[in-house]
Amino acid sequence: MLTRKIEVLVGLFLLSGFTAFLVLVFNVANVEVKTGNSSYTLYAKFSNIGGLKVRSPVKVGGVVVGRVSAITLDTSELVPIVELSMDKEFNQFPETSSLSILTSGLLGEQFLGLTPGFMDEDIAMLVDGDRIDDTHSALVLEDLIGQFLYSTSSKD
Amino acid sequence: MNHKVPIEPKSLVEVRNLDFSRGEHIIFDDISLSIPKGKVTAIMGPSGIGKTTLLKLMGGQLIPDAGQVLFDGQDVHRCSREQLFNMRKRMSMLFQSGALFTDMNVFDNVAFALREHSGLSEKIIRRIVLMKLEAVGLRGTASMMPSELSGGMQRRAALARAIALEPEMVMYDEPFAGQDPVSMGVLVKLIRELSDALQLTSVVISHDVQEVLSIADYVYVMADKRIIAHGTPLELKNADNPQLKQFIGGEPDGPVPFHFPAEDYQKELVG
Amino acid sequence: MNMTNQLASLGRLTIDFVVGLGRAGLMLWGAIARKPRIKGFPLFVRQLYIVGVQSMVLIFVSGLFIGMVLALQGYNILVGFGTEESLGPMVALSLLRELGPVVTALLFAGRAGSALTAEIGLMKSTEQLSSLEMMAIDPLRQIIAPRFWAGVVSLPMLALIFTAVGIYGGHVVGVEWKGIDSGSFWSILQASVEWREDIVNCIIKSLVFAVVVTWIALYRGYRVIPNPEGISKATTQTVVQSSLAVLALDFLLTAVMFGR
Repeated sequence: MLTRKIEVLVGLFLLSGFTAFLVLVFNVANVEVKTGNSSYTLYAKFSNIGGLKVRSPVKVGGVVVGRVSAITLDTSELVPIVELSMDKEFNQFPETSSLSILTSGLLGEQFLGLTPGFMDEDIAMLVDGDRIDDTHSALVLEDLIGQFLYSTSSKD
Repeated sequence: MNHKVPIEPKSLVEVRNLDFSRGEHIIFDDISLSIPKGKVTAIMGPSGIGKTTLLKLMGGQLIPDAGQVLFDGQDVHRCSREQLFNMRKRMSMLFQSGALFTDMNVFDNVAFALREHSGLSEKIIRRIVLMKLEAVGLRGTASMMPSELSGGMQRRAALARAIALEPEMVMYDEPFAGQDPVSMGVLVKLIRELSDALQLTSVVISHDVQEVLSIADYVYVMADKRIIAHGTPLELKNADNPQLKQFIGGEPDGPVPFHFPAEDYQKELVG
Repeated sequence: MNMTNQLASLGRLTIDFVVGLGRAGLMLWGAIARKPRIKGFPLFVRQLYIVGVQSMVLIFVSGLFIGMVLALQGYNILVGFGTEESLGPMVALSLLRELGPVVTALLFAGRAGSALTAEIGLMKSTEQLSSLEMMAIDPLRQIIAPRFWAGVVSLPMLALIFTAVGIYGGHVVGVEWKGIDSGSFWSILQASVEWREDIVNCIIKSLVFAVVVTWIALYRGYRVIPNPEGISKATTQTVVQSSLAVLALDFLLTAVMFGR
């Protein structure tokens, strides 16, 4: 009842559906297959994270070196804590490095900019589980406008 | 109900006091009949009287309002689905349209039930199918699709399929309707021969009086939701029931009026 | 009096709907509840061919054009904000979250759903279903079940193909024609598409649509009034009802998935 042709075509159909799935997963969503433990975790405390999201990139001079893996709220201090999953390849950041929340373009997505600090004999490198203390929160447009209005009105 | 049906010991199917209605519309009112084993029994009646419905009731596809249908002593409507399916393996039905599966060729159509139920090897199935097709004279069409066959040939192919599993009973639903005289003759001959050769119990539902009277051993005549007469073909031809006479003689007017009930003709025309 | 009549007809409609739902549920239950048979597998493959393979060209061409149109329109809007680089995510997210599953389901209802209804309706009116029953074969398992599974497997496949082809179409217009840098097109696109949020939800949506469209198509065919008018009416009903069901369910699913 079943001809070879039908079997071949159905096989091709399923194959192309599966290919489309793989293309979407790896090419479009860019899911990275984690090969073992190739990342290390850092933490940072911000007063305001603005539009930062899980999976937002962490960049050094525009190069992606890691991603935000979780965002939680410190229950005692009531400020957000961001968990970063950093690429093992980039593990030479001194403890004095600072993090700031930046925006790509005027209306673009927000990302974390990592500015490596100075290096010295006494200063250790950041390792798994460390916390970056020097953080700059997101610029919130309403706050800026508020400050601007306040400063202009106080001059009068 | 003044016709007492004698309960024959050798009957395969017993229909007892069957009532059936569709919505408000009553189709059968207290019908009883019995189908003797190994004989050709015909059920005749004017079209639209629900003869096909009667077959579907006998095959357990419809459920009656009251009464019972016994197949070999077992109630068709009061048994499990599995029991019903086992009964259906012993009966088969030739549908009015043939009902061949349109997406497979004639060979696969005939082989279908065998492949599903018999568990025989493909080699044996092939032999059986070719034998059945030979019996209806269609061995040459085995690889054709049903749509390539004429109406009469489709019905013969369906007959080959119906007898593929060697059932005890075959129900024919209007086997002669819409056939030219030649294929009608072929079908009449086939039904009679198959019945005799395979010891089949046949139930023929039809309104083609002459053909039915020529092959049936016993005839039931239905009219007006009831069975109005039954007997051998000879008995029926000599009966003096006016309704029966009109039906058998094919007279246009009689107890079954030519006119559908309406208001007075003159009054309606003149206003 | 008029008011009572309207109330009565509303009540009747509700009862009819509930009865219909019950019958459709029983049909599906009868078809798929029991253990599948090995004999049924060739039937399933055959239906995959009819339902899936034969819809491929339609899905492929539609996906390509919708992706291209989306990119063209999106480009014209985004270029006004100077953010034409975001064309990638716009095309990809619209396709993954909405257009992929929804348009595929609508096309599927028109192409495969109506064909299923007509085929089964024809089988019923030519007594093929009764004939199966008289052969002691359950038409639900023989006819309905393989078609149902074929629909449920095919539609998500088709939706994935549609989406992938659509994104490619968007790439053709955005990069080849409008001159967006290929690298930034892909990187921004990749940065904004989430595996869990977008692709998994795309598959969930199309699975739900697959069940609903195939179910409606099969039920309409199975309950057809066995004559030519009945079949043509049932075919129309399949397309109308499954399209409405897809759009309504899409709203519900979107609200659950992205509504937060």
